[in-house]
Amino acid sequence: MTPLAGYLLLSAMLFAIGLAGALTRRNAIIVLIGIELMLNAANLNFIAFWRFSEHPEALTGIMFVIFSIGVAAAEAAVGLALIIAIYRHYRTTNVDEMDSLKG
Amino acid sequence: MVESLDQIFVSLKHALLGFVPGNWQALASAILSLLPIFVIFPTLFAITTLLERKGLGRIQNRYGPNRVGPFGLLQPAADGLKALTKEDVVPHAADKIVHFLAPVVLVIPVFLSFAVLPVGRNLVAVDMDAGLLFFFAVGAATELSVFMAGWSSRNKYALLGAMRAIAQMVSYEIPLILSSVGVVMIVGTLSPVKIVEAQGTYHGLLPDWFVFTPWGLAGFIIFMIAAAAESNRSPFDLPEGESEIIAGYFIEYSGFKFALFFLAEYLGMFAISGLGITLFLGGWHAPLQSLEVIPSWFWFFAKLVAIILVFIWIRGTVPRLRMDQLMNLAWKFMIPMVLINVVGAAVWHFMQPGLARWLVSIALVVGPYLWLGKSLFQSKHLAKRTYRFAE
Amino acid sequence: MTIAFAIVAILTIAASVAAMSLRNLIHCALAMAVAFGGIALLYLQLEAQFVGFAQILVYIGAVAILIVFAVLLTRGGEAPEKSVFSASWIWGALVTAAVFATLAWTIKNSFASQREPPANVEATVKQIGDSLMTKFVLPLEVVGLLLTAALIGAVIIAMRDESPKTKMEDGRSKMEKPSAPGGHP
Repeated sequence: MTPLAGYLLLSAMLFAIGLAGALTRRNAIIVLIGIELMLNAANLNFIAFWRFSEHPEALTGIMFVIFSIGVAAAEAAVGLALIIAIYRHYRTTNVDEMDSLKG
Repeated sequence: MVESLDQIFVSLKHALLGFVPGNWQALASAILSLLPIFVIFPTLFAITTLLERKGLGRIQNRYGPNRVGPFGLLQPAADGLKALTKEDVVPHAADKIVHFLAPVVLVIPVFLSFAVLPVGRNLVAVDMDAGLLFFFAVGAATELSVFMAGWSSRNKYALLGAMRAIAQMVSYEIPLILSSVGVVMIVGTLSPVKIVEAQGTYHGLLPDWFVFTPWGLAGFIIFMIAAAAESNRSPFDLPEGESEIIAGYFIEYSGFKFALFFLAEYLGMFAISGLGITLFLGGWHAPLQSLEVIPSWFWFFAKLVAIILVFIWIRGTVPRLRMDQLMNLAWKFMIPMVLINVVGAAVWHFMQPGLARWLVSIALVVGPYLWLGKSLFQSKHLAKRTYRFAE
Repeated sequence: MTIAFAIVAILTIAASVAAMSLRNLIHCALAMAVAFGGIALLYLQLEAQFVGFAQILVYIGAVAILIVFAVLLTRGGEAPEKSVFSASWIWGALVTAAVFATLAWTIKNSFASQREPPANVEATVKQIGDSLMTKFVLPLEVVGLLLTAALIGAVIIAMRDESPKTKMEDGRSKMEKPSAPGGHP
């Protein structure tokens, strides 16, 4: 197995772990942690492809990851603000209990 | 002869490496570069604790410690023995793993940050291309350990102190990093070695350090204020205010772990002062061309001791800031000042040398200071102070 | 596969599994910070120093602290009484297994399994700065606008809602679910 395949497999494993957490945990904040893990796995993918690419001097992978880190941090801030606002109304962070729109 | 005194440590390292067989060279070189950091800076820490206590004592019109040795010079040894032999009390309800890991997680990034500081000519442990970013990254990593210490103690006051400390450190990180952006913009690189080299020339009476330019002076002052806030030094030591919440987030720590917190706080102060010297005060360069005979590492440590003395002086003189005053200062005063400072650095770089450049730069520093200071603090209509005596 | 890569990979996977399965929310957040650190080490092994240090500065220095603050503000410090996994966890596990199987099969059969690494890769900060100012200047400005919008939006969303329309007589919110006498922790 080449080094590139090793990094890609590791990234796939991290993505799967983040996805499992985001789909199965009850607390909204842990779902957000899972989403951040998925974003990190994707970033790792980008850097691994940049490192083993034909033209690494174009720096495309690094640029993408820099912007992705910035956007992910902003999205985590907004997501947590949403969770706090919802907590103020529902008094719970359990995603199973936020079902007021259900018929 | 002068050259060899300056490079004495480099030649010592090369001589020692000659005794090591071929394939151990890389490991031995790394150990020999890093071992002085673990020896010199804790020794400086011991000396600084004594200096601080005696200095504060003299400012407060009393002697400092003077019992343990002649003039109290063996006090650090007594303190060290006490810290090592004191019983390690862990609260029953505390989260044991996190409680144990918090001092470790604090000390490791602080030691890491010394690796990129150029202590003398050719005397940097790791010469990294993005060394400045590395320094700020490991500085940011210490905030998590403050939270771990405060939360794992299961003590409401410890948690309160930890929250205050994190809010303060996160707020003051922005002026700290932005004040170095001016320097990075002028020099064009993030490497501390090259930043020091860019300040190496001498023009007339003063050297070419960045602190002798208007934007550099403003940047240096902002950097030092943010550095005091980052290392929880007075007047920003509300998170560990000794007269309020006793020791804040490390209230439940005793013995060696408390000593580790203390060590990490002082070493953080040294590291960030070292970075201030590298960015603004010309690193290991001498102030006058004729004084270049004295070795470069002596100048670095002389400047470091001078800054430590200024920190001790400020601690003994200025009263503590309240939490909301502290946060107001960071967000409403320092961030606009530091953003205008970045513009000022660019203006200094692009104008022609001469009187006009100085006037415009000084206006760009003094104008925002007066305007922001006036608009922020004029709402406090304080009455004239009256004294009532008992007669 | 060098030994350094194996150690860091095992550390990262163990930390992320811990982050997704621990009961105590603060332990989850701290394990996530360790996972971020592991990924930063992987970036450093891949010769991307700027991204590695930016990862530590942004994720461990800011996002981890944000999440810890949010856990404390939503009373997550105490242990939950029921299971931490939702009742329909089996569907999540099945979807995850399918996704991972697809990805692993794709990686195994792709060109990545035959690509050998190029010799010297260098990404100095000067090159990154140059390309940020020439080729990627539009994304840079857009990200600045995005961060400003996110900052203002987060502050507005999390501000205290003082309007009387959403409050009942005793000050509770009208959207609160009527709970059992025991109540939530």
